[in-house]
Amino acid sequence: MYAYDEIDRTLVNERVSEFRDQVKRRLSGELTEDEFKILRLQNGVYLQLHAYMFRVAIPYGTLATNQLRALAHVARKYDRGYGHFTTRQNIQFNWIKLAELPDALEDLAKVGIHAMQTSGNNMRNVTSDQWAGVAPGEIEDPRIWSELIRQHTTLHPEFSFLPRKFKIAITASDHDRAAIKIHDIGLRLIKNEKGETGFEVLVGGGLGRTPFIAKTIKHFVHGRDILSYIEAILRVYNQYGRRDNIYKARIKILVHELGIEKFSREVEEEWQHIRNSSLQIDDEVIEDIRSRFTYPSYEKLPLMPDELRQAAADPDFEAWRKNSVAPHKVQGYSIVTISLKPIGAPPGDATAEQMDALADLADKYSFGEIRVGHEQNLALPHVAKRDLPALWKALDKLGLATPNVNLITDIIACPGLDYCSLANARSIPIAQELTRRFANHELANLIGRLHINISGCINACGHHHVGHIGILGVEKNGEEVYQITIGGRADENATLGTLIGPGVKFDEVADVIEDVVEAYLALRERPEELFMDTVKRLGVEPFKERVYATR
Amino acid sequence: MTSPLEQKKIKIAGPSIVTANRTWDGIVVYRTATKSWSADLSEAAIVRNSDEAKALLAESVADDVGAIGPYIAPVQVGADGKIEPGNLREQIRRTGVTIGQSAQA
Ligand code: HEM
Ligand code: SF4
Repeated sequence: MYAYDEIDRTLVNERVSEFRDQVKRRLSGELTEDEFKILRLQNGVYLQLHAYMFRVAIPYGTLATNQLRALAHVARKYDRGYGHFTTRQNIQFNWIKLAELPDALEDLAKVGIHAMQTSGNNMRNVTSDQWAGVAPGEIEDPRIWSELIRQHTTLHPEFSFLPRKFKIAITASDHDRAAIKIHDIGLRLIKNEKGETGFEVLVGGGLGRTPFIAKTIKHFVHGRDILSYIEAILRVYNQYGRRDNIYKARIKILVHELGIEKFSREVEEEWQHIRNSSLQIDDEVIEDIRSRFTYPSYEKLPLMPDELRQAAADPDFEAWRKNSVAPHKVQGYSIVTISLKPIGAPPGDATAEQMDALADLADKYSFGEIRVGHEQNLALPHVAKRDLPALWKALDKLGLATPNVNLITDIIACPGLDYCSLANARSIPIAQELTRRFANHELANLIGRLHINISGCINACGHHHVGHIGILGVEKNGEEVYQITIGGRADENATLGTLIGPGVKFDEVADVIEDVVEAYLALRERPEELFMDTVKRLGVEPFKERVYATR
Repeated sequence: MTSPLEQKKIKIAGPSIVTANRTWDGIVVYRTATKSWSADLSEAAIVRNSDEAKALLAESVADDVGAIGPYIAPVQVGADGKIEPGNLREQIRRTGVTIGQSAQA
């Protein structure tokens, strides 16, 4: 958990009353929509197909139970009883009334939640590993550094008017759960030979119309220099970034056009000017932030409690445990992933009742803490192993124990044409149909780790480029058509997927995906060879043949 | 559906209406012949050529306190005068999401 200080709280409260005033002036006609738009976007308010949409930040994906209850309250009181968790550690409410937004913001501010930096051309919510602070083998809690960067860049004038939005992600584990290679800046916490903590810095990742995987710009930047180094990157970006063309304004385009060598030389030069300035971080500053992240007082618990041994006789429990429970850095504890992907449901949605009930369970079993991951699932980060059977029973009652984490039905999908005003095609119904096709748990397990990502337009909110199977909705002569890619991935070996052939119609997508999966099952060398490894070994041709031979 | 938010030139191929979202609560509304907004598509003013469309849009844009983001959208008008949305996007805006509001609820 993180304790916000007084400055943050005052700032958040000021923003709420400011926004209340702006909404009032908007509703009376004193402000036009043109004038108001930028103000509402700064507070996370978009206009969607059916209504306003309100996006709330969950910094580094950490939520206290009172915060989750406040989100449930907003869903119930101001919206239609549910919220949607996104791929960037945000939650969105889809049906909020402008006139009631200031009240919703105020209710959230009481528990330290706000919507700053969820939109606009500024530094966005710095995301991190949802297992931060509990993953075994982690260098150190990456949220300490996320928070440092957040404090430095929030509302910093230099970062509030960038050529385009700017996203940073941080990981501290070998296995990258924060998708750092598809961010503008990706930071990997590492130690050098001397045992000092610092970062490998990657730059220029991003999806959308022109996708790029981030490149390493510097192999080691000492922790105390990270702010000056990021600032140097941003200065070079601010200086060269294309403000004339919205499609070319992202840093990925600049890195691509200048080349990583020239770009890194420019950054290095800039950095030499500023690295020994006030931007150098004192140890006390880091210590101060570190001290505000508190960890539970864990008990000394056995590796294998009796409760767990007894429950192992129940195959349903075992299926869930094997799928959704991961090792914790402290003996006797586990990290539990909560799938928000029940069969047939929209990925990432949670009802107010589920949020409230989950808050109760987190109080009971996870020291009052919940995490939000980029796969549109939640996690309870500190569950004693002896409590796993009881927790599972409770989750199952809530419809939150589908044992499909990282399996083919754990689909990432954007809102698409059902909600989004920019969409070309629907995403959610495609995801729903696919989960029904692969609902059988044995089948999904047999297929193994396989991520499907769906976006309803080229903005790529569903990360389709880096899905093991990616589905992109486009429009052709007024009809929804879907392009299918395979072989992408979003982790430490991030790659963009390859198109397998012409687009297919809405009704055909699930059949085609079934064909792709059948091809994989026939082509894999052994059951342990994962889908993406088979694609890597054989390329897309054999899949293409299989899918298009009969079409 | 190419997003109508990218609508630049006004050229209409058939009967059309102006639609927007009501300012105070964001719901979908249609411009009526009586210079106001209605949540009911059957009350929408129909335009049949670009000049009419331009005029209706201009009048709608001017009523910025009433509704935001107005644009021209195609409709189909039946023999009985019944108005139906002209594409999937407008169909979804009219009848809601195609997924069950939240399948878990
Ligand atoms: C429904 C309202 C939404 C709208 C209007 C919207 C709009 C956009 C736009 C225009 C971009 C591209 C910006 C650019 O490349 O510069 C974008 C990127 C992105 N959106 Fe959304 N989005 C929405 C919802 C979501 C949701 C629900 C998610 C998560 C499931 C999401 C995740 C992302 C991510 C991760 C990116 C970055 C992709 C990249 O690296 O280029 N968005 N969004
Ligand atoms: S990918 Fe396109 S359709 Fe999907 S949420 Fe993003 S902008 Fe909307």
